[in-house]
This record gives sequence, C-alpha cells and structure tokens, in this order.
Amino acid sequence: MDMIPILRVGDALLVSIQVDMHDRLAVQLQDDLTARIVSSGARGVLIDISALEIVDSFIGRMLANIAAMSSVLDAHTVVVGMRPAVAITLVELGLELNGVSTALNVDRGLELLNRQLQAHESLHDPADASS
Amino acid sequence: MQVRRDEVAQLRSSEDIVHVRQKVRAWAIEIGFGLVDQTKIVTAASELARNTVTYGGGGTLQLRWLVQDAGRQGLRLDFTDEGPGIADLKRALTDGFTTGSGLGLGLSGSRRLMNDFEIDSAPGKGTRVSVARWKP
Repeated sequence: MDMIPILRVGDALLVSIQVDMHDRLAVQLQDDLTARIVSSGARGVLIDISALEIVDSFIGRMLANIAAMSSVLDAHTVVVGMRPAVAITLVELGLELNGVSTALNVDRGLELLNRQLQAHESLHDPADASS
Repeated sequence: MQVRRDEVAQLRSSEDIVHVRQKVRAWAIEIGFGLVDQTKIVTAASELARNTVTYGGGGTLQLRWLVQDAGRQGLRLDFTDEGPGIADLKRALTDGFTTGSGLGLGLSGSRRLMNDFEIDSAPGKGTRVSVARWKP
C-alpha cells in the first residue's frame, strides 16, 4: 500500500513527493493532508515537487485543491522545487495553478510561509506587530 | 517513412497510466529527445492516457519510433478506445471544456505539446487520438 508521508516541522506540514503518483494516490494525499491540517492545527503546508518529472492537469488540479482547502482551513500552501522543464510544459499545457504560491526551493518556501504567517498575525493583532 | 520499432501497451487503470508515462519516457530518451521535449511528450501522453481510461473505458496505446526518408526521427503515440466517442469534436478541443470532472485541458493541452495531432471519433464508434513529436 502506497502512502506519501506528511512531516510536521514547527507550525508547518512538509510533504515531499518522491514517487510517480497514480491518480488515486494523488487524491489520497489531498485527503490525508486536509485531515492533518485539521488534526495538527498547522498554519502552513510546504509541498516539495522537485522529484516530479511531470505535472499534468490531474496533479496540477490536486495542488490547486490542496491550496484552496488549506486556505479555507486557515493555512497557507507553498509548492516548491518545480523543475524548469516541468514549468515550461505546464505553461504550454495551459495550466495556471491559480491560488498556488510557489517558491524556488524548500528554504525559500519556508521563508515565504513565515512571512505570510507574520503578516497574518499582525493583521489579527495590530498591537503585537508594533512591539 | 519507416517504423523502427513499435509496441502496444494496455490502458485499463490508473496504474497503467503510470506505466505508460514511464514507457513513453524511456522511448523518448532512447530516440534522443532533450529533457524539455521528453517532459512535453510524457505530459501529453499522461493526459491522453487518462482520457482513454476515464472517458473511453480503457483501451490501448501504440508507440511507434518513426524515421522519415530524410532521416528525421520522431515518436508517434496512438491512443485507441472503444468507448462512447465524442459527439462534438470542436468543443472537445476547446480549452476548459469537459464532460467529466477534469480541467478540460487534456486534448487542447496535448495538442499544444506535440507537433502532430489527429483525432478520429464519433458517438458509439470509440476514439482514436494520434500525436507525434519530431526531433529538432
């Protein structure tokens, strides 16, 4: 039985997709991740796709769904590590990945998540931001 | 035009789509396509294979390594199913049109990713999509 591991790192969940996913596995990851956001109270999700040799419309839709669901659950999603050939192909395929934040690598993705989290907190507690 | 090699792969399940991606990648590497071309071909194959499984109720992929008389090499992929067929081909080739739950990019997107694109379908007659990409 295949399963994509979800790791907890501080306030974020980290997923590194290392296998060529069949469609059911992609749907399962979407469901598992949504459940983990709720059970862990995570504020951020980082998805590393640097091992993926292609992103087709099905996987693209899964990434957009995860971003949309996590946003509803008050968490930010950042997709990191897209290969250049994958990016070129995605654009030609016509996939826009609306609502999905991206970063070049895991370090920059974590930076982006932290910035978004701080902006979010200062928005909800302006007094805290001035301290 | 010569066929240097051909092979038929079955498309019944979502695991078969993964196998087809891997097989098409291996062929594209052997023919000598660059990384970006490999990625485009495999992505198009994944879209069309999923259409065959999801909408066609399963079918086959025939791979052909082609050599033109002038020596130019290419990879042709023929996806065939005996499913319900497509009533309105023109709409089916439009970005965003879908009768299912997908994004409607499979046909229109793979057409952009490949050099040659042909589709043959009618209600009750199944569908055959033939695509090819040529080495620069």
